[in-house]
Amino acid sequence: MKRFFYNGVVRKILSGFATLFGVAVFVFFMLRAIPGDQISASLGTEAAGLTEQQRRSLEAYYGLDQPLLVQFFSWLGNLFQGDLGFSVRAQQSVADLTLQSLPVTFQLAVLAIILALAIGVPLGMMAASAPGKLRDFIGQSVSLFGLSVPVFLLGTTLLTFFAVNYGFNPNGLGYKTLLDDPWINLQQMLLPALVLGFGISAPIIRTTRAAVMEIKGQDFIRTARAKGVAMRQIQLRHILRNALIPIVTMTGLQFGYLLGGAVVVEQIFSIPGIGRQVLLGIQQKEYALVQSTVLVIAASFVIINLLTDLLYRAIDPRVRAD
Amino acid sequence: MTRNNEWLKLPIKSIALASAAGLVLAGCAATETETDTGTDVEEEQETTAPAETPEAGGEMVVGITVDPDTIFPWKATQFQAFRILENVYDTLTAFDADLNVVPALAESWTVSEDGLSIEFDLRDGVVFADGSTFDSEDVKYSYEAIQDEDNAAVASSTLAGVTSIETPDADTVVLNLAAPDVGLLANLTTTNLAIVSSEDNEETLSTATNGTGPFVLESRTAGQDVVLVRNENYWGDATPLDRLEFRVLPDEAAIAAAMSAGNVQLAVLSDPLTAQTISGDVSIETTPQLSYHALMMNARNGSVTDQNVRLAVQCAIDRQAVLDTALLGEGEVTGPITSPAFKSDPTDRPCPERDLDAAAEYLEASGNAGGLELDAIVAQDLYAGAVDIAQAVAAQLAEANITLNLEVLESGSYIDRWIAGDFETAIALNGGRPDPDGMYGRYFPSTGNLNQVAGYSSDSMDALFAAGKSESDPEARKQIYADVSSELTNNAAWVWLFSGYTYTAVSDSITGFTPMATGSWQYLRTTGIR
Repeated sequence: MKRFFYNGVVRKILSGFATLFGVAVFVFFMLRAIPGDQISASLGTEAAGLTEQQRRSLEAYYGLDQPLLVQFFSWLGNLFQGDLGFSVRAQQSVADLTLQSLPVTFQLAVLAIILALAIGVPLGMMAASAPGKLRDFIGQSVSLFGLSVPVFLLGTTLLTFFAVNYGFNPNGLGYKTLLDDPWINLQQMLLPALVLGFGISAPIIRTTRAAVMEIKGQDFIRTARAKGVAMRQIQLRHILRNALIPIVTMTGLQFGYLLGGAVVVEQIFSIPGIGRQVLLGIQQKEYALVQSTVLVIAASFVIINLLTDLLYRAIDPRVRAD
Repeated sequence: MTRNNEWLKLPIKSIALASAAGLVLAGCAATETETDTGTDVEEEQETTAPAETPEAGGEMVVGITVDPDTIFPWKATQFQAFRILENVYDTLTAFDADLNVVPALAESWTVSEDGLSIEFDLRDGVVFADGSTFDSEDVKYSYEAIQDEDNAAVASSTLAGVTSIETPDADTVVLNLAAPDVGLLANLTTTNLAIVSSEDNEETLSTATNGTGPFVLESRTAGQDVVLVRNENYWGDATPLDRLEFRVLPDEAAIAAAMSAGNVQLAVLSDPLTAQTISGDVSIETTPQLSYHALMMNARNGSVTDQNVRLAVQCAIDRQAVLDTALLGEGEVTGPITSPAFKSDPTDRPCPERDLDAAAEYLEASGNAGGLELDAIVAQDLYAGAVDIAQAVAAQLAEANITLNLEVLESGSYIDRWIAGDFETAIALNGGRPDPDGMYGRYFPSTGNLNQVAGYSSDSMDALFAAGKSESDPEARKQIYADVSSELTNNAAWVWLFSGYTYTAVSDSITGFTPMATGSWQYLRTTGIR
């Protein structure tokens, strides 16, 4: 059994590497398929005035003077040595930039997930407790609202509303890390985490509702009831615990998504996270920055999936048995 | 690079502007005195002064929407990078608030009678932020490095006519020119021609600054902020502010929110609606800009090679209606030259107002009486309003039986096509400059490095630009550029639509900032807490 467990983990890790290689190839060539390069991104229409010699000089400066395959394998080779590249714009290594931005996004994602679970699980259970009734309607409506309202709309509205009416705009103060100033930091994270958490709570409500309803109808619940176990205990120990697998799966997926997908919210609220780093890189066509950061995001996703998979084993003995 | 307002109120001694060969720049209120070698000019300069003197000290936050992409002045093209660096580095000459050329690192200059050399007398007692002394070798080093194509400096073409640079002594620099260039003094004002220490290079100046300007870089956090502090070694009056932070916020809406909450004290916005959302003790000032919106027509590509087609397009467009529709009327209909001293008459063209009958006649003359189709490239995300302008223009042309097919492109695609001149027509927002040679000298002379983009040139245009470079008399020079303007509109090289405004939002606690038509923020050096 142990061998199977480890084989399963090893298999997951190997498939993770294959996924990352696919992402590397994809992002490298897709970036170069986008019209323009770092020269035109930096100079704009001024690039029209460059002489041939100036253009060649700039291509060498930005590392665009090598054939594509040479650029690709050079990048890949450097990655294996821990060198993620250099951002000409920021005059910093991509590794340094990522070390600054990844914890910011991670903190935002954790807060968003906590809020999403705090909203989603109780509402999902409430909805499942009376299918077709008012409580179900409320749960489903919140879920529908969370799915329908785009984060950019909710984010911009909240930002403007609080700033204009109450002068509350901690995000305009310039970002403070949790270590720099915990009080300001938490204020700065409040609205973005709420916007993200609200959006994510929608699938969690639906998943929780579906899982709880499925488990509620199973024989062991009826048996527990027949044995006179208190309803509260049934709900928490039997129903919720068994419903946790799909909830954890959904949460893990959403968490992975947040690491790269919080870009819109990070942009609206000036949160210097990894999504914003990619966005700035794309705007400036900083190939090394975008490629390596996307790969870091993909690696985070793979790792989180792996951890989620391991978590199943902790939650559900049946998975361990398999 | 330039001077502060307090300084400008003083009489300027020995400002040598212009010469017999010609460097009197229009717009300068100058009293001239002849000398034997050229023209030395002393002038009393009246310029815009701040409403009240700010208190010394304090901090201010300026909201910007884009992280500056470089802090190396010779390669900076991005608006935000420019605005920051012009407060850190100096140039030989500068513009004042009224766009007159005034001394900066050069205290005065004299132009030889034949116009083929300019001698600059450099300011004494100037030091770089690192304490090293500024002298003529720094100017020679900077200009020669900018000229070197291997360095790919943005403004190398401005110095293309400079054949050699002499440094007779530490305080004197002589630029020898291949041909007279009256516009050069104005063109030397760009931060792309900033003077750096001969001890520095691109590598050292990409991570730190070392200028002679009123501020020095304290820190820069990518994607978040750039912080400047007062340069205690600055040669001019010390800036009132101790610390100036440029805070990167994602968009103008975020800046408006931050200003409403009092977190940002100054910002320049392009969207009037966003500016209106700012609440609290904030004043908004509208400033007309030199930049202009145009329908560029590539006279070497497609149907618009026919002058009659271009004229038909020009006659079919009601510029004021496009402005009203696309930009809520926030701007001014313009001709080719937007600089106040050389401003084109917007009605000086074959159809001063929209004239569909004339458009039909031109179409018929072109053999397209039944109408025709044109393609236009439009940038979706390069600047606000482009698609709206394109749609308004297309709707008007449709009434003249001209179908404008819009290709709405992502900025990278648009720039690639624009650079290659790969378009029939293009909706564009082009930058303007105070001197018309700086503004169009790259576009319309056949040797201009953007002529393949302009798509139009002629022998008479070449002659006019050559005359404009060498003409010293301001009135005669104005006439030359009026002729340039007339040829451009009589041949409908492009359709010049309108110039827009910027909206400077300033907290009421701030004083001393003067917005400029060039978009420059050089008056941050006179800005302070009320």
